[in-house]
Amino acid sequence: MKLNRRALLQLSAASLSLTALSLPVRAQAIEELVIAYNVNLPAWDPTTGPSAVNPTIQGIYQSVFDQFILQQPDLKPAPGILTDWGWNDDKTQVWMTVRDGVTWHDGSPLTAEDVAWSLARVADPATGSPIQFVWGTLTNHRVEGNKVLADVAQFDPTIFKWMYFLTGYVLPKAYYTSVGAEGFEAAPIGSGPYMVEKFERDAFVRLKANAKYWGGAPAFETVTIKFVTDAAARVAEVESGNSHVTLEVPYEEYDRLKATLTGTATPISDIGMIFLNDIDVMLDPNVRKAAAHAIDKQTIIDRLLKGYGVPIDTLETPEYDAYDASIKVPYDPELAVKLLADSGYSVDNPVKFKIQTTKGFKPKDYEMIQAIVGLWRKVGIEAEIETYEIAKHYELRAADQLAPAAFYNWGNSVGDPTTSTGFAMFGPSPHSVWDGQDLIDMIGPLWGEKDEAKRIDGWKKVDAFIAENALVIPLLQYVQPILSAPGVVVTPHASGALLPYLMKRA
Amino acid sequence: MLFLQSVTLRLCTTFITLFGVALIVFFVIRVVPGNPIAMMLPPGATEADVARLTALYGLDKSIPQQFLIWLSGVMQGDFGNSITTKQPVLQLVLSRLPATLELSVMALCIAIVIGGTMALTGTRLRGSKTEAAIDIGNGMALSVPDFLWGLILILTFGVLMPVFHISGRVTPSLALPFSTNFYLTEAALRLRFDLWLDIAAHMFMPALALAIPLAAIIGQLLKQSLKETMHLDYVTLARTKGYSETHVILHEALPNAILPTLTLVGVQFTFLIGGTVIIERLFSYEGLGNMAIDAVINRDLPLIQGIVILFAVIFTGVNLLVDLTYAALNPRLRHA
Repeated sequence: MKLNRRALLQLSAASLSLTALSLPVRAQAIEELVIAYNVNLPAWDPTTGPSAVNPTIQGIYQSVFDQFILQQPDLKPAPGILTDWGWNDDKTQVWMTVRDGVTWHDGSPLTAEDVAWSLARVADPATGSPIQFVWGTLTNHRVEGNKVLADVAQFDPTIFKWMYFLTGYVLPKAYYTSVGAEGFEAAPIGSGPYMVEKFERDAFVRLKANAKYWGGAPAFETVTIKFVTDAAARVAEVESGNSHVTLEVPYEEYDRLKATLTGTATPISDIGMIFLNDIDVMLDPNVRKAAAHAIDKQTIIDRLLKGYGVPIDTLETPEYDAYDASIKVPYDPELAVKLLADSGYSVDNPVKFKIQTTKGFKPKDYEMIQAIVGLWRKVGIEAEIETYEIAKHYELRAADQLAPAAFYNWGNSVGDPTTSTGFAMFGPSPHSVWDGQDLIDMIGPLWGEKDEAKRIDGWKKVDAFIAENALVIPLLQYVQPILSAPGVVVTPHASGALLPYLMKRA
Repeated sequence: MLFLQSVTLRLCTTFITLFGVALIVFFVIRVVPGNPIAMMLPPGATEADVARLTALYGLDKSIPQQFLIWLSGVMQGDFGNSITTKQPVLQLVLSRLPATLELSVMALCIAIVIGGTMALTGTRLRGSKTEAAIDIGNGMALSVPDFLWGLILILTFGVLMPVFHISGRVTPSLALPFSTNFYLTEAALRLRFDLWLDIAAHMFMPALALAIPLAAIIGQLLKQSLKETMHLDYVTLARTKGYSETHVILHEALPNAILPTLTLVGVQFTFLIGGTVIIERLFSYEGLGNMAIDAVINRDLPLIQGIVILFAVIFTGVNLLVDLTYAALNPRLRHA
């Protein structure tokens, strides 16, 4: 055959047509919902290992497994596998009522025995649950009819909140014990709205609807979650029609695409903050307060995050239980200058310290710190930026070796003050770098406070004290951008979990 | 005898190299900041929780102790379990290797085709505007890194003209009857051209992104070799016999000019596998490179070790193969 220009063009066109045959068709009605997810799913057991405490993959876990208690999109608890729960009068026991008529994906009934076993399993240090320190506060789990009882070894007012937080999942006792941990990884079953049909590690998971789901059958019979870790590729996925839904895309791309796709951008429970370590110049309250008052959070959000963010003045967001709108740390550069002058610092004689930050771990993290350093320079603070990987941040923080200032993001999807202000600011916690005794004395009694109103009020006082003394610099509450095709309606969840079950047909 | 000595010596040095790589990797990843326990600590974990988890993953022992435990496991084929996936490391890396190998081979084939075509066309039309255009194209292909080519391809063939798949290795809804992870190869062998086409449509863009810079290198080197060969006497003799210029290039000059390029291709193949790390991530391709990035992010120490060792085995294996081939072909060694 003689290969001339015309033959070459014909050959090319034929090849392209053949290739295109295997591609998804954009304009068709959605038969199979495809989601471009931003992280990989390393393992299926939602109660052990690093994956269990990774907030970004909880949405996948919650599609397959039920938590003990259901969490609504506004973070509030609702009856789930447990329909009712509480403490006895002297709070030495907990009781939980298990929903009737729930089945596992293999058709067997979910019983109170499963719930008791799930609780006892994660309380056992040998299981390797990273949250064992919480679950271990309950002992002697036992079943009475459809109720589960347990003794309180150490009172934890948040124990029921953990039942819709990290590792708070109900697993099938009979199935798990018969197949073992390895068998469960290979073929996981839960009682959630979707069943695992096919899982290719690092590639995708294909889910089939659980028609018998106690909360009602999901809207989409089949859901494929593709693990697309690169943001540019996720944008291309939805733009090309290969995927119907994606999340965590750059705000600029979100603004561009929301004209043709459906966009939802709502605040989630993640916040951006600057840890202040009580070392060096941070021991001077004037320096800390000046650093806090010199930051124009709203302008940073408007300029760098295209307006997608909510300024915060405490570590509590408006959805959290201990949020107090009256606590304010306003942008006041004049006050910052005065405070620094009181300590002998000025623009010509600036106070100097190091600030650490990640670069690209959260949207515009490095750029935000650059902007903050610029604002600080104007009032007499000269901060040197050091970038590091998030893994290094964890290690330095656990060893109490962070720089005087360090940017971080904190997630708290149950909205309790213990899991935000508490763990971030209580000196003995490995996650806190502020070790002031006055704060430890304020927080200490709140861990076991049995009067809920008094407990929440106590945390509000702690937040006010922290803001007044600038012991940490809260910056913003993040907004999660979600893009979806016109045929699907996405209900965002304030925890940040992208849940296929909450997606309906348009 | 000399050949046997050479082989034995080469095998010994290969094992020493692998041991050295294992030793360095093991110690370095434990010394650099960021440990897996700190990464999995939830808010509120106490010192006792840290100690419990550290002991659970065997990280409470000294680094030399950990190394000896790991090494004794490796000698028995046990590379330990991944911290994040809880799966045996050897099983994980071997399951991903076929995907990376197929991608690399496809990239190499594309690079050879594009580079070869450019070199032959440039030689045939030397001195013309086409040759100048090819040189400019080569320069651009070399100047732009492969991940940027990847983004350009995604935009062009994934979004503007959605011809190829943007992510993954195969369409999730397809049932795969394969018994190995060499999907492309097995689809061809089983004559499942529907699957082959789908897999190829997934692989094409990442393979092309990897291939473009290599194609430029091949094109430049081959064109240079061809040009030099074209001035040799036997080529001139062929011309005087009345053969066409195309015949002279393809049948007289190319067989001699291609030798240095073939050597280069062998060396570049190992670099190509290294280059898959970023490209696999960009295209969410389920290969070894994508897994390597996750392992590093999660500080999954056993998995990092396993992947690095496997890469080292591939590199040293290819080098060993090249050396042995050379030794086998060298008459002085062969007949000694």
